[in-house]
Amino acid sequence: MQHTEQVIQAVNLTKRFGEFTAVDHINFTVHQGEVFGFLGANGAGKTTAMKMLIGISTPTEGSATVAGFDIATQSESVKQRIGYMSQKFSLYEDIPVMENIRFFGGIYGLRSKELKTKAAALLETLEMGSHAKTLVRDLPLGWKQKLAFSLAIIHEPKIVFLDEPTGGVDPITRRKFWELIYAAAARGITVFVTTHYMDEAEYCNRISIMVDGRIAAMDTPANLKTQFQSTSIDAIFTQLARGAQRSGD
Amino acid sequence: MSAVIVEHITKTFNKGKIKALDNVSFSVQEGELFGLIGPDGAGKTSLFRILTTLWLADSGKAEVKGLDVVQDYKAIRKRIGYMPGKFSLYQDLTVEENLSFFATLFNTTIRENYDLVKDIYVQLEPFKDRKAGKLSGGMKQKLALCCALIHKPDVLFLDEPTTGVDPVSRKEFWEMLRRLQSRITIIVSTPYMDEATLCDRIALMQDGRIMQLDTPEGIVRSFNDTLLSIRGNDMFGLIGAIRALPEISGCYAFGESLHVRFPADAWTETGLRSALEQFSGLVIEPITPGIEDCFMALIEPHAAH
Amino acid sequence: MRQYGVFIRKEFKHIFRDKRSLIILFALPIAQILIFGFALTNEIKNTHIAVIDMAHDAASQSLTDRLEASRYFELTGDIHSVADADAALLADKIKMAIVIPADFNNSLMHGHASQVQLITDATDPNTATTLQLYASAIIRDFQSDINDQFKLPYSLHTEVRMMYNPQLKGAYLFVPGVMGMILLLISAMMTSIAIVREKEINTMEIILASPLRPIVLILSKAVPYIVISMVNVTTILLIGVFILGLPVAGNIFLLIGVCLLFILTAIALGLMISNIIDSQQTAMFISLMGLMLPTLILSGFMFPIENMPVPMQVLSNIVPTKWFFIIVKDVMIKGLGFASIWREVLILAGMTAFFLFVSYRKFKIRLA
Repeated sequence: MQHTEQVIQAVNLTKRFGEFTAVDHINFTVHQGEVFGFLGANGAGKTTAMKMLIGISTPTEGSATVAGFDIATQSESVKQRIGYMSQKFSLYEDIPVMENIRFFGGIYGLRSKELKTKAAALLETLEMGSHAKTLVRDLPLGWKQKLAFSLAIIHEPKIVFLDEPTGGVDPITRRKFWELIYAAAARGITVFVTTHYMDEAEYCNRISIMVDGRIAAMDTPANLKTQFQSTSIDAIFTQLARGAQRSGD
Repeated sequence: MSAVIVEHITKTFNKGKIKALDNVSFSVQEGELFGLIGPDGAGKTSLFRILTTLWLADSGKAEVKGLDVVQDYKAIRKRIGYMPGKFSLYQDLTVEENLSFFATLFNTTIRENYDLVKDIYVQLEPFKDRKAGKLSGGMKQKLALCCALIHKPDVLFLDEPTTGVDPVSRKEFWEMLRRLQSRITIIVSTPYMDEATLCDRIALMQDGRIMQLDTPEGIVRSFNDTLLSIRGNDMFGLIGAIRALPEISGCYAFGESLHVRFPADAWTETGLRSALEQFSGLVIEPITPGIEDCFMALIEPHAAH
Repeated sequence: MRQYGVFIRKEFKHIFRDKRSLIILFALPIAQILIFGFALTNEIKNTHIAVIDMAHDAASQSLTDRLEASRYFELTGDIHSVADADAALLADKIKMAIVIPADFNNSLMHGHASQVQLITDATDPNTATTLQLYASAIIRDFQSDINDQFKLPYSLHTEVRMMYNPQLKGAYLFVPGVMGMILLLISAMMTSIAIVREKEINTMEIILASPLRPIVLILSKAVPYIVISMVNVTTILLIGVFILGLPVAGNIFLLIGVCLLFILTAIALGLMISNIIDSQQTAMFISLMGLMLPTLILSGFMFPIENMPVPMQVLSNIVPTKWFFIIVKDVMIKGLGFASIWREVLILAGMTAFFLFVSYRKFKIRLA
C-alpha cells in the first residue's frame, strides 16, 4: 500500500465524562484509500472516538485532524468532507428512493444538474432503476444498506465512516457490501469501519483493537497474527478483550 | 415429547402483501437448544411472537408444552420465559430492582429460584445497585437473561440475544446457554452464523421460510458441492476472475481467503490453478464448509456469477 | 397483594428518578396556580386613564377627585385635549379617556343635564366594558350625591351586591378552573404516558407474555398518580386560601371527595388514551391538545359558556372539567352542600365508568 496522504491523524485524543475516561490518549493515523477497521468490545470507547472524529463531540484533551481539518475548531469543514452511515439511522423510510437520493445530494451541496446525473448513475449501479419510486421501507434490508452507503459517498468525500454497517444482513449481502467498500476504497475514498464480525476485520488493510479506552493493538491483520502468534483475529480479539478491566461498562 | 410444535404457520402483513412467515412447520424436543438462524426479516421475531402468544397467526397451529398458543394463552404465559429482540429492561431501575420486578411479575422471588440464575447473577452482583441503563451491552444481555429465567420457565425464548454484542460477550452468553440447556428447553434466534454450531439443532431461515432443518453436522454433511479456499495477493481482482469462470456457483470473501463453491467435479484444483495463473501467491486448499457456507449455498443455489 | 405493593413502588421509583416528571408533577401546578392567581386576573386595578377637563369648575373637579380616589384608576396628568387622548390611546399609555364638557357645573345645576364622554380602547373588549362599567358607576354615584342635595321627589336607586365574591376577585374563578385543568392534565397525561412508555421501551412485550393480570398493571399505574394528585389538591387549596385569600365556604370533606372523584375520572380517561395509543409523544400530544384546549375553552372558567354558540354549549357537556368547575365553585365559593351538586357528581361518575369500560374492552391481551 502506497502511504500517500494522511486522512486521519489522532494525537493523544481523549474524552472524559466526569471521572470516567471513555477514550484515553489514543494515537493513530489513517492513510488515503485505506480500509481501516476500528474494533473493540462494547464500551471500549469506539463510539465515543468515532463521534469525536466526525465532529459531533469535542475532545477533552488531545486533538485530531480529519481530511486536513481540526475536529475541534473546524468541525464544519470536517463535516463537509466526510460521509457517515450507521446501522440505526441512514435513510428516510417513508419516502421513495429517488427522494432520498435528492435529499442527501441536497444536504451535501450537489447542484441539481450534477445530482440528476449522479442519481441516474447510482440507480444504474445499484440495479434499482425500476425502484426509484419505491418507498425505502419496502426495500429488502440488503438494498437499503447499499443505498445508504452509496448516499454516504454521493459527494465523493475524502473519508467515509461506517458504524456497524452489516449488522443483521444475510451472509451474501454482507459480502457484497464489502465489495462496495472495496470499490470505494479503490476510487481513493478512505473507509473507517466498525464491526462485530471478526471475519470482516480480515478484509481491512489495517485494524485497531480498543480495550478500556486505549488502542491495545494496531497493524495489518497478517502482522497482528504473527505478533500474537494466533491464527485468527477472533482469537486475538478475545485474548485482548478478556483482559479488559471495565467489564461492567 | 415435543416442547414446541409448529404446524403450517403463516403470518402476513399489509393485507397479505408482506409474508412474514410462509407455511412454517417444525418441532422442538424437550431439553433441546434449538436455533433459528437467519438475517433480519427472515421471520424469526414473528415466529417468537406467535409462540409467546403475543401475535395470532393467519393460519396454522402451534403448541407450547402441549398447550395451544391461541386457546391456552394464559397457561402458556405462566410457563415460558421470553427475552424480546429489542432491549427490554427498565433503564432507570437498578440491576437488583429489575430482577425483583420480573420475579414479582411471575409471582415468585429472587430467593426462591436463585439456583437457576446463580451462575449468571454472580457476574452481575458487583453491579447490583447500578442502573440497568448504565450497563454495557454484554451485561445488559446477561441481566435480561436472568430476568427471563427468574421464574424457572419450562421453555425459554431468546430473540436475537447477541445482536450488537461484541464477540467476547457473545461467547460468554453462549457458554451460559449451554450450561442451562440440560434443565430447560431453549429456542434462540441469531443472525450470526458462527453461533449455529453451538445449538443441538438449527433451522436456517430466509424470507419467512425454513430452508433446512437439521443438526449443524447434518446440515454440513448435506452440502453436496465442492468448496475450496483460495488466497492470492490481489484478493479483489481474484474475486472478479473466479466469478467469471464457468460453473462457479459462489465466490465470496471469508476472512483472509475466498470460499469458492462449484458442483462436485466441475473443477479440479490444478484446473483452477491454471485458469488463475495470472495471479501471484495463489494458495488453494479444499475445506469443510461451515454453516455460513451452507446458508449461502441455500439462498443462492444456481447463481453462476 | 404483594404484587400490587412491588408494582406501585416501582411506579414511584420511575417518577422520583425522573427530574422532568417531578417538575411536571409538583412544580408546574404551583407555578400555574400562582401565575393565574396573580398575573392573569381580569380584575381592573390602577389602570391608567386620562380625564380631559374642559370645564375646570367645582363639579368637574369633584368628579375628577372621585375618579382619582378609586383604586381602579390612575390618572395620567399631562393629557389635555381629545387629540392628546387619541395619541395616548394609540400608544397604549392609557386605556380610557373621560371627557368632561365645558360649562359642566353650570349645565348640571341649571340645565339639569350634561354629558360625560367615555372613550375606551376596545381592542380588548372585556377590559373596555369593565372599565366603562366602573367609570359609569362612579359617575352615577357622583350624580346621586348631587341629586341628594337637591332632594328630587322621585328617584330610582340601584343597589348592587356582589354575592359570594364581594371584592370581584379573579382568583375565585381561576383557582377552581386551574385546579380542574391541573388535575386533568396530570392525572390523564401522566397515567397515559406511564403506560405507553412500557410499550415504547418494549417491557410491555414481556409483561404481556407473563401471567400478570392486566388489572394489576393498570391499578399499580394509577395509584401513584392518585396520591400525587391529592398532594396537588392540598397544595392548591392551601395556596388558594392562604395566599390568594379564597374562602372554603362549604364542607371541606365534600370538596376533597369531589376532587378525588375528578382525579379518578381523569385517570380513567388517561387509561383509555393509553390503550389506544402506542407512543409517548402521541400520548403527550393527545393529552395536551385533546384535554388542555377544551378545558381552557369549554370548561367555563376562561369564557362563559352561556355566551357561546349553541353547538359549543352542547360540546362543552362532554368536557369533564366543566362539571368539576361547577361543583368546586358551588362547594368552595358558594358553600353549597351535596344536595345541590349531585347531578354534576353523577355525570362525572358516569364519565368515569364509561372511560373504565372502554379501557377494559380495549385492553389488548396481545401485541397489536
